[in-house]
Amino acid sequence: MLEDTGPEDTGPGDTRLTAPATVGDLRERVREFLAAHDPASMPPLEFLRARFDAGLAWVHYPPGLGGLGLPRAMQSAVDAGFAVAGAPANNPERIGIGLGMAAPTILAFGSDEQKRRWLRPLWTGEEVWCQLFSEPGAGSDLAGLATRAVHIPDSHDSDSTGLDSTGLDSAGPDGAGPDSAGQWEVTGQKVWTSMAHQARWGLLLARTDPDVPKHQGLTYFACDMTVAGVEVRPLRQITGEAEFNEVFLSGAVVPDSDRIGAVGEGWRVAQGTLMNERVSIGGGALPREGGMIGSAARTWREHPELHTPGLHDRLLRLWADAEVARLSGERLRQQLAAGQPGPEGSAAKLVFARLNQEISAFEVELAGADGLRYEYWGLRRPETVSFYGRDAGYRYLRARGNSIEGGTSEILRNIIAERVLGLPSEPRVDTRVPWKDLPR
Amino acid sequence: MSQGASRDMPSLLYSEAEDDLRAAVRSLLDDRGGWPSVLARTETDEPYDTGLWRALAADVGCAGLLIPEDQGGAGASYREAAVVAEEVGRAVAPVPYLGSAVVATAALLEAADTTLLENLAAGTATVALAVPFAAGPPAAWPSVDGALSGVRVVAPHRADPAGQARLTGTVASVADALPAGVLLVPADGVPAGLYAVDRAAPGLTVAPVVSLDMTRQLADLRLDDVPARCVVSGEAAVRAVQAALLAGAAMLAAEQLGSAQRCLDMTVSYLKERHQFARQVGSFQALKHRLADVWVAITQARAAARYAAACLASGDPDTPVAVALAKASCSEAALLAAQECVQLHGGIGFTWEHPAHLFLKRAKSSSIGFGTPDWHRAALGELAGLKAAGGPR
Repeated sequence: MLEDTGPEDTGPGDTRLTAPATVGDLRERVREFLAAHDPASMPPLEFLRARFDAGLAWVHYPPGLGGLGLPRAMQSAVDAGFAVAGAPANNPERIGIGLGMAAPTILAFGSDEQKRRWLRPLWTGEEVWCQLFSEPGAGSDLAGLATRAVHIPDSHDSDSTGLDSTGLDSAGPDGAGPDSAGQWEVTGQKVWTSMAHQARWGLLLARTDPDVPKHQGLTYFACDMTVAGVEVRPLRQITGEAEFNEVFLSGAVVPDSDRIGAVGEGWRVAQGTLMNERVSIGGGALPREGGMIGSAARTWREHPELHTPGLHDRLLRLWADAEVARLSGERLRQQLAAGQPGPEGSAAKLVFARLNQEISAFEVELAGADGLRYEYWGLRRPETVSFYGRDAGYRYLRARGNSIEGGTSEILRNIIAERVLGLPSEPRVDTRVPWKDLPR
Repeated sequence: MSQGASRDMPSLLYSEAEDDLRAAVRSLLDDRGGWPSVLARTETDEPYDTGLWRALAADVGCAGLLIPEDQGGAGASYREAAVVAEEVGRAVAPVPYLGSAVVATAALLEAADTTLLENLAAGTATVALAVPFAAGPPAAWPSVDGALSGVRVVAPHRADPAGQARLTGTVASVADALPAGVLLVPADGVPAGLYAVDRAAPGLTVAPVVSLDMTRQLADLRLDDVPARCVVSGEAAVRAVQAALLAGAAMLAAEQLGSAQRCLDMTVSYLKERHQFARQVGSFQALKHRLADVWVAITQARAAARYAAACLASGDPDTPVAVALAKASCSEAALLAAQECVQLHGGIGFTWEHPAHLFLKRAKSSSIGFGTPDWHRAALGELAGLKAAGGPR
């Protein structure tokens, strides 16, 4: 049920949503919008909604869904125009999963109704999204996950699968479309869920058919995090704080209208989400010394009494590697802008993890006696994820997660070896057997 | 330290024209026999392939890439020159492209020596800068303990024509001097300057050295009262040598990038063919991960090499930082790729008949050429304001 994601008909005579041809026209469009919507006097949420409706949220999205169908590269002109005017922001750090993963997935695989229902409050920050993928028993082997979603047909519908037959209830106001029917009862445990305690929606991958090989029996849903049967508990990590959560699903009900993509197509939809996750981790232009190396270099300059020849050698290696990684990120962005997307994003994520770990380890050692102290072990619930915040000890501990989260460095090396270099995969024993028969 | 941070980033991609140039150079280098002919040549009296060099220099026009059109060159930039260097490295080609078309040309462009430049562009002259291959930028010259030049200007003979000087001294381990018709010699004395010495001049000895890298055989130079012409002297000469070493380090980095990519390509294809334990050995995760790391190192090095070429091309003030980054990262990527190429080929990779050793020797030698990675990181420490306080504790 892949829907057409092309530009939508905005009705005859609606010239406001026709695309400006040039960056200059686009800047003019922003000026006109700002003239009609005073950011200083309008309530921030009203302003953000109006900006979305004017197609100035993400210009590469289709008209009617916050965009104008323009090239992604033109977005920076819009953002700059709003920033200069001091316009309210949608707090992208808080809604990163929504912007980076949920939105592209909904755009690519959601129904028209789902796009209209979810994208606007996602972008304005009214509704936070989280990702319900990993499980205690399914980390790197995500496709082996065990959370079950069982279909419950509508009471008058005797067909137990019921999904492609005719005569189903027509979709309600929030329905996914004519092929949606009944609801799903979800049971299982998810883990490493950032923002689950703030989220309205979760991107849920669940097993709908245990009798087929593991990749084929998965289905993708949006799970309402406020319904009965969804319990969120903080998951404390080695830094002492709880950025993440465990989510326990006990018969939580998901209407079939909140299914994204066809039944059994969940793996393909999830691949799209994960691809966007790696793009967003590799992204973000930084100035020289803009990443973790910046604080190490500052400490070095401010504390000559801490210098040793061995630390100097390590610092210079790390500085050079960090600067080359930054150039590599610039090159990746140029490739994307030129329409030549390459596989270099996987390299960026690997290098980012290694450098963060080595630089923060260096910082703790450079601090000497102060490196023996730690700011605070008490359980905190941070609003946003920070790799660079607080003291060197925190950065050292937090960076250990960089080579685990969003695909371990080992899995990334497999992906590079197989998809980039074309090397054969290890012999597999798990891809042709029904999921229920796999050893676990 | 803020240089290069706030300005617009130059393009780090390859243009269509650069891709076309690459294809032309690669096709010539492949047609001329590839590595088997390089390997065979290493044990002959002519380790440099002068026929191949003529074709590359004059027919494809690589000798005059950097020389302006009004002096007979192609008027291209270091971006294009770097692409040729990548291909030369990929083929471990025994040609003096780096020494003549890059290093000597950069010095002569800075010194504005029209005559030699026109001959270089026409492919009728091959020139080498007489500095030790291991010398890294910035140039330690004139005279920091004779590190760069052991040559002095001595008194002219009574019968010498006006303007002719005489040089005496030695320079060890010079790259690309063997096939050169003219040597550019930095000499201390009065005036300290850059001197042109004809290869046939009396008193000049160019002695081949048994070199770690026989695809770029070095030579020891001895000058005994040799007649020479002063090309440029004083501060301008220092600038010329400085420009030559910077360009040399950056284009050598591009060579290393090309040879690293070739080592990776060779190893990947071998690991798909080779079977052990009834499997392609390339399906073993322990080997796949090592090749993934090589690929990652190359993607990083490529960005640095492109940035250095772009900075040189536009005369960017960030050039010294860019060149140091490129030389350090490309040297290490090339070494990693060549060492993994030998190891992952197993026994065959350790034999003389397999090309892996050509790449290993060139990678190791080139990692020392125009400054080791360590040398360049130390330079970054100065440039980025990250010096070490005091001596060792």
